[in-house]
This record gives sequence, structure tokens and C-alpha cells, in this order.
Amino acid sequence: MALIELLILLLVAVALWTVQTTIMRAAIGLALTSVVLTLLLFHMGAPLAAVFELSVCAGLITVLFFSTIGMTRPLDAAGVKRERKALSRRFHPAFAVCAVVGVLLWGSGYVLEIAPPQGESPGVRDVLWGMRQLDLVGQILVMFVGVFGVVILFKERKQEATP
Amino acid sequence: MSPNVWIEHYRLISTGAGVLFTAGLYCIFASHDLIRVVVGIEMLTKAVTLMLALAGALTGRMATAEAFIITLIVVEVVVIAVATGLVVGIFKHHGSARVKFIKRLRG
Repeated sequence: MALIELLILLLVAVALWTVQTTIMRAAIGLALTSVVLTLLLFHMGAPLAAVFELSVCAGLITVLFFSTIGMTRPLDAAGVKRERKALSRRFHPAFAVCAVVGVLLWGSGYVLEIAPPQGESPGVRDVLWGMRQLDLVGQILVMFVGVFGVVILFKERKQEATP
Repeated sequence: MSPNVWIEHYRLISTGAGVLFTAGLYCIFASHDLIRVVVGIEMLTKAVTLMLALAGALTGRMATAEAFIITLIVVEVVVIAVATGLVVGIFKHHGSARVKFIKRLRG
């Protein structure tokens, strides 16, 4: 079995496990999905995107999920048991749905026709700083909006707490 | 690797991305928990990342695909940060992070 096939199988298996397990394990499963995706990106020749995926998605977002779960889910042993029971009832059909979609996609028989690339492909640095400058401006704006959003969310709660 | 190598694998990778996307959608629709909905959104973006990388590999324009993936990751982080902040806010307000509580909004 080729490496790419192994990685895709691993990615799908980890994603399905993430969907049907408890919330804490789902956060770990999401980090594992990111790690497998990182390996895929490295293999496909996108090392910069892979490093971003590993550091941000497997690192920062996992920390965000853990802190959110810590702040919102003080479950006791009975609660965890109840949650597992509900999950098995609600999320086991996910395997069947994903299997049907996988079989449909695999058997669609779509023939790919791609024109061969013309000329030399530019480097990531040239693309980011030369061709996609507007994207960088957009990224900075989105980051500001995110920071303001989080600050406002926490500020409102602080005001509510002090009468 | 040349684009021809990836043409052999495109069906496998696009099927994998499709299954990942379906798993994320299922997670969003079947869940009663807001954190699990955010997990589903995160899974959708992973499928899109994979498809962008595949498009870059197939067309031989991986640098452009990488630029798009980096932009996607930045947007994803901001979306997750704001979404988790909202989840915490809803929990503080209602004492639970269940979906049914955001159905009771005014307006």
C-alpha cells in the first residue's frame, strides 16, 4: 500500500472516530486529524502550509478547545455515562452515511482533464507578497475582527457580573 | 512530484476529502452540543484544505495553493476563537452549551 493511500485511510478513520466519541476525545481526535493532514501536505509538496497546519490547527486550536471544554463542561461520572449512551445512538449512523458518500464519490467515474501548467511556477514568497497582497490585508483585517470579537464577548460578561 | 503522479491519486484524495466533509456536516446536523458543532466546522475546513492542496498538486501551482491554505488557516483560527468565545458566553448565560438555548433568541 502506498503512503498516500495509508494516510488517506488514517485521515478518514481518525475523522470518523472524532465524530462519534466524547467531546474531550473529539478535541484530541481533531488534533490527530490535523497531524495526519500535515503529513499529507508534506507529502504533496506543501511544507509551509503543513507547518502552519501543525502549529496552528494541531496546537493553538486544540488549546482553544480544551480551555472551552474546561470552562463549560463540569460533567460527573454519571454525566459522562449518559453522554456516551446518547452519542452511540446519535452518531453511529455517521459510519453508514460516510460509507455511502465514499462509495458514491469513488464510483462516480469522473474523468479529470487538466491542462499541463505553462511556464515556471512562482515560489510561495512571490505568490504571497507579489500576487496575493490583498489576501494578506484581508488576513490582518480578519485577525483584528477576531480579536475585537473576543474582547467584546469577555467585556460584556464582565459588565454583567458587576451590577 | 509532477502533476501526473497526482492524477493517479486524485480520486482517492477527493473521496477522502468528501468523506471528511460529510463527517463534519453530520457532526454539525446531528449534534445537540455547541462545542461539537464547532468541531464539525473545523472538520469541514480540513476537507477544504485537502482539496486546495490537491488542486495545487494537480495543476503544478502548489505555491498558489499554499497561499490559499495559509489564508484559510488564518480565517479558520479566527472563526474558531470567536465561536468558542460565543460558546463560553452562552454557557455563562444559560448554564449549558446546548443548541436548544440559542433557538430561544429574540428577533
